[in-house]
Amino acid sequence: MDPTTASSRRGVEVSTSDQPRLARHVRLTFCRTRQRHTLQLPETVVVLNDSGADILELCDGRRSVAEIVAELRARYQAVPDDEVRWFLTRLVARRCVELADG
Amino acid sequence: MDSPFGLLAELTYRCPLACAYCSNPLNMADYSDELSTNEWRRVLVEASDLGVLQCHLSGGEPLLRRDLVEIVAGAHDLGLYTNLVTSAIGLSRPRAEQLRAAGLDHVQISIQADEPTVSDRIAGTPSWQRKIEAMGVVKELGWPLTVNVVLHRYNIDGVANVLGLAEEVGADRVELANTQYYGWAWRNRHALLPSRAQLEAAEIVVRAARERLRDRMDVIYVIPDYYSRYPKPCMGGWASRQLTVTPNGVVLPCPAAHALPLPRASVREDPLERIWAESPVMTAFRGTDWLPEPCRSCDRRELDFGGCRCQAFQLTGDAARTDPVCHLSPDHDLVARAVEAANADSRADGLPLVPRPHRANRQTPTAAPQRR
Repeated sequence: MDPTTASSRRGVEVSTSDQPRLARHVRLTFCRTRQRHTLQLPETVVVLNDSGADILELCDGRRSVAEIVAELRARYQAVPDDEVRWFLTRLVARRCVELADG
Repeated sequence: MDSPFGLLAELTYRCPLACAYCSNPLNMADYSDELSTNEWRRVLVEASDLGVLQCHLSGGEPLLRRDLVEIVAGAHDLGLYTNLVTSAIGLSRPRAEQLRAAGLDHVQISIQADEPTVSDRIAGTPSWQRKIEAMGVVKELGWPLTVNVVLHRYNIDGVANVLGLAEEVGADRVELANTQYYGWAWRNRHALLPSRAQLEAAEIVVRAARERLRDRMDVIYVIPDYYSRYPKPCMGGWASRQLTVTPNGVVLPCPAAHALPLPRASVREDPLERIWAESPVMTAFRGTDWLPEPCRSCDRRELDFGGCRCQAFQLTGDAARTDPVCHLSPDHDLVARAVEAANADSRADGLPLVPRPHRANRQTPTAAPQRR
């Protein structure tokens, strides 16, 4: 399943000060067979690429999006922050990620 | 060959309800030698090793298994996402709390109609009130809740009220699944098939609700394939994404494949990995090499894989034919005639339904040999 296929939830666009966390009913797991992280929700599995998994592992409801981007930049050279925000916006639209205002 | 994502664990075919559209096989007695707790534990380990990520605990009524909590705990310990598909009969608060503690991730509760009288009549037992109470318990314990209704001629007109109820109980998902004609539903097809006017009215309601509820609830609508131009891509392709293990350990690509004339595979005889990779019941229709015409040269062959093998078998007696639901199928008139009958002015209302029994009747063992 591809998060890009979901229509964006009206009025919700993730900003750099938002503090994202996984929705309560969503689990981030590592699949040994596929050697990939996956998001699990009712009747659905989302197979993540490495950068998606890196972002979601930092979504603890305390770090802001800006802090997440900073932490990823410490590991990798180029981390476009609008791509991180767009990725999270799509997952908010699918109710996989929730936001606490910063 | 891909790894399967989901295991449908049909723990038992015993059920307190008697719905006439049940997808369980007609010869339930042949499945009554149920797997033990330890056998299910082994199946879960083998499924997890194979790549399964989600385990759907179904039946019959899975709560009739006294070891359900142990089975859930076994799946949870393996990191599987667990989903209980239940009538909610037997989902008392203490049982629910035990299941929560064992790591159950998601609960899916059926109702049979939008209001108590019809729901209880279709279920064959007073059950509405307990279902509504159980939905409250599920939400209180912090589970995501799916409310699930199988739609047919006698309840589809209430779809707006079903959506209203799902909203009221705080469901996260609602599944409105038009009846698929296998098992007992096949036997009752003439009575259950809705009219075109009923479907069109329901679809208008569903579209409006999706728009209105999209911040709060996923509205899943399973289309009535008899009324579609093209067949459904059943299970995302034969033996591609899912597998089913029946109460006695028979392994199938989907829960409707009991009747297909293919050699039987069982977890009691072979490891799941070998069954998935090699057994004829899995390999017979995997991929697109086996496709007949008109599918073989059709642009949609990678979209619907020729449709449903079980439906092709049920309607034509040959599982390797194009699903007759497709308007391009040479057998499409078999479906067209059923649709015509469902829309005929002369069609009587309130045709009798044959309820499925609560359990296999041991007084009259099935005499007919299984076709496999």
